[in-house]
Amino acid sequence: MTDDIRLEAGTNDARASIDVRIDTPGREGLTGTAPADLFKPLQEAEHITIAPDWQPMDRQPAWRTDFPIDWPQDHYVERRDFMKFMVLTSLALTVGQFWIAYRNWWRRWRGEPEIQRVATLAEVPVGSVRTFTYPGPQDDCVLVRTGEHAFVAYSQKCTHLSCAVRPRVAEGVIHCPCHEGYFDLGSGRPVAGPPRRPLPLVRLQIRGDQIYAIGVEERTV
Amino acid sequence: MSVSRPFTRQQRTTVIHGMLAFVLILVLLQLWLLTATMNSYLGGDDSVIWPAAGASVLCLLLNVGLLRYLYHLDRARR
Repeated sequence: MTDDIRLEAGTNDARASIDVRIDTPGREGLTGTAPADLFKPLQEAEHITIAPDWQPMDRQPAWRTDFPIDWPQDHYVERRDFMKFMVLTSLALTVGQFWIAYRNWWRRWRGEPEIQRVATLAEVPVGSVRTFTYPGPQDDCVLVRTGEHAFVAYSQKCTHLSCAVRPRVAEGVIHCPCHEGYFDLGSGRPVAGPPRRPLPLVRLQIRGDQIYAIGVEERTV
Repeated sequence: MSVSRPFTRQQRTTVIHGMLAFVLILVLLQLWLLTATMNSYLGGDDSVIWPAAGASVLCLLLNVGLLRYLYHLDRARR
């Protein structure tokens, strides 16, 4: 094709330098009239992020750099924000550790609970169960008389998810109906089901015909 | 004389993948520490509380250090 656009002499038109022939070197395959190097990228391909207003990225507002249009940049921003979130989670877990330390300090500062009368010997026949609260009104406990001179008492809160446990004296176990957990009646240790820690043991003292609770022993095994 | 060049975007993405893997492992470790400490506390054993808190702080400092490096990478790009 040899059709050239000839402009009048003296015309100050940028198109005057454009060679519209499409068979010139470097322009093979192009169908327009623009020279081949007009669309040469100004930077590396992976760095091109095109904003809607066509301005350079360093002139864009912060929100536009945080929500870029091209996917590689979007992926980078996603992972960067996820990493920030993970560091926040790390901070929260550390705060949790110090919260446990504070609770432990408060437990130590509170000290041993007061001695409390639970029942008389006559009120608890052999093989029977009696509930009481110790050391506070929200701390439900169970007292079981397993023999003529044998008593055991535990917190009634299951160590799995705090359901109320029920002693089965005849079977020698303490049963948690929520998730079928079982504790040994004599030791309070878990023998079946999801619980992993023994029931807190309530220490008892017999004074005459009175049964007193004198403390709570929490155990890990 | 060597010229310090900023990382390319692909290189930065690789770096952040590595940092994320490390941070995730540390966060999982902290989660385990918290559950183990809570279990001990509920069982009346307070001997592990402060060592676990110290280990958790160490993990947090590592994570914050990695995050600071990430900010440094982004600043260097600009």
